Amino acid sequence: MRWVKKAAFAVLLAVISVYTLFPFYWAIVSSLKTGSELFEVAPWPKEPAWGNYTAVFTAQPFGQNILNSVIVASAVVVLSLALGLTASFALARIQFRGRSTLLLTVLGVSMFPQIAVLSGMFELVRWLGFYNKLPSLILSNLILTLPFTVWVLTTFMRELPKDLEEAAIVDGATPWMIVTKVFLPLLGPAMATTGLLAFISAWNEFLFALTFSQSDNVRTVPVAIALFSGGSAFETPWGVIMAASVIVTVPLVVLVLIFQRKIISGLTAGAVKG
Amino acid sequence: MAHPATPINPGPGGASAPPEAPPPVLEGASALLRERTRAAWLFLAPTLVVMVVVAGWPLARTFWFSFTDANLTDMAASQFVGLESLRQVIDDPDWWTTVWTTFRFAGVSVVLETVLGMIIALALNAKFGGRGILRAAVLVPWAIPTVVSAKMWAWMFNDIYGVVNAVLQSLGLISEPMAWTAEPGLAFGAVVAVDVWKTTPFMTLLILAALQMLPGDVYEAARIDGAGPIRAFFQVTLPMLKGPLMVAIIFRILDALRVFDVFFVLTGGGTETMPMAGYARQRMFEYQEIGVGSAAASLLFAIIALFTAVYMVVGRVKLGD
Repeated sequence: MRWVKKAAFAVLLAVISVYTLFPFYWAIVSSLKTGSELFEVAPWPKEPAWGNYTAVFTAQPFGQNILNSVIVASAVVVLSLALGLTASFALARIQFRGRSTLLLTVLGVSMFPQIAVLSGMFELVRWLGFYNKLPSLILSNLILTLPFTVWVLTTFMRELPKDLEEAAIVDGATPWMIVTKVFLPLLGPAMATTGLLAFISAWNEFLFALTFSQSDNVRTVPVAIALFSGGSAFETPWGVIMAASVIVTVPLVVLVLIFQRKIISGLTAGAVKG
Repeated sequence: MAHPATPINPGPGGASAPPEAPPPVLEGASALLRERTRAAWLFLAPTLVVMVVVAGWPLARTFWFSFTDANLTDMAASQFVGLESLRQVIDDPDWWTTVWTTFRFAGVSVVLETVLGMIIALALNAKFGGRGILRAAVLVPWAIPTVVSAKMWAWMFNDIYGVVNAVLQSLGLISEPMAWTAEPGLAFGAVVAVDVWKTTPFMTLLILAALQMLPGDVYEAARIDGAGPIRAFFQVTLPMLKGPLMVAIIFRILDALRVFDVFFVLTGGGTETMPMAGYARQRMFEYQEIGVGSAAASLLFAIIALFTAVYMVVGRVKLGD
């Protein structure tokens, strides 16, 4: 009876693992198949070939696309953290009139559907001369990352001990010194978590990137992958698409494996505590 | 899971000061308080300015456009047309198809995600070797771009060369290959499958976090009372998970209602398999009808605002206990 239970549990775990990982396995296998081999459903490639991986970078400006994504996501993270740090200090540590209203507004903005700002943002982007340029994406992505950053940093900052701050006030520290000298060093892990989540959401953003970019070399990774086209209109280059998918998935898998705990604490702070 | 209330905070809300005379404070303390309030607004100012620029202003413009006949070719030449653009959306049967698709999508996928997330979370909550690795593995689908997961599944769902058809055929479950992403009914299922795969990790994590905070002695008591694992789940675990679970579900519903990417990549944008956001975007940028598209977007915003209000009420209730 006992081992039946154990075996059933093992089967359950195996099913969960296969369900979670099979699509990745299949993408890797397919990316290593070339020519007609791609069209046979074989569990592994007979002769693994890297042709698709070189084709990603020669047939498309995929290197540029990756660079674009890195630039946009990094800029968004830096801006969100810089703005979010001071804003969340005010929201978490200072009692002032209108604070709860502001917190609710921040939470409300993080629920905005992107589509609801799309036409207004499009107009703004064109007016600023950002259309088909990376700044358009840096600007628009802030609507996804900034409210979230402020919210999560506020929940983290509330939990810092009060004594440190009081001691600093007694020593005559200004609020700015408290933020930068006392809290910032303590917030390292929280900043890393929040920054990581903001990076992932900017890296994955699709709607703005699709709408505000036009040329191949301005596209970010998700748009490039969504719009990959083959030699002819009727031929989808699946091998190349799978190679591109694997290329962008690997760094994320590494990030997830390294920062698993941080990601989980950030997600739960962002959602459950709301 | 209420926050430990910050001691500076005199009461809930904080804005409503008690009517009685304030306790006598030292001159220096009140100056300090004033200075801190000023600092608070100074610290908030850059964020508030950015929020107005990236959220407030574009949202207001979208609302404005929905009362105009704005066209993409010359947005400056738009005329105020009152409710005409909105009426065009409401009179369009295609709009209602997308509304129905979106709600069905939200309902089906959130139910599946919750059930699957619960099962996986319960499994991961048990102690076994390699739990850490499996927990990380479960996170991976959440981290990759939706576009990438949609593409990986689109390839698996390929009607001629796809592994899904091959497996189902070899198991004898289907007699001939199915066009998973082309046929509207099947495409809906395919979209749900991808979304469930991608977002179940999120559910799993939130449920797992809540599970780990449950006190162990309740189970001990249930076990002594002779409750089996299934009864213990329904009578002990589930009621205690209700709060966090509700918040997670509403959070996911909000996300599902604004869905765009999965449908766009997997089905290519036929009206029969299009979400509301896809409809709005198509009117704006393919038909160039910024006005009508904005009206559709504003409707979607109103629906989501309603759900957000519910979310906040539930969140408030939680913060209060």
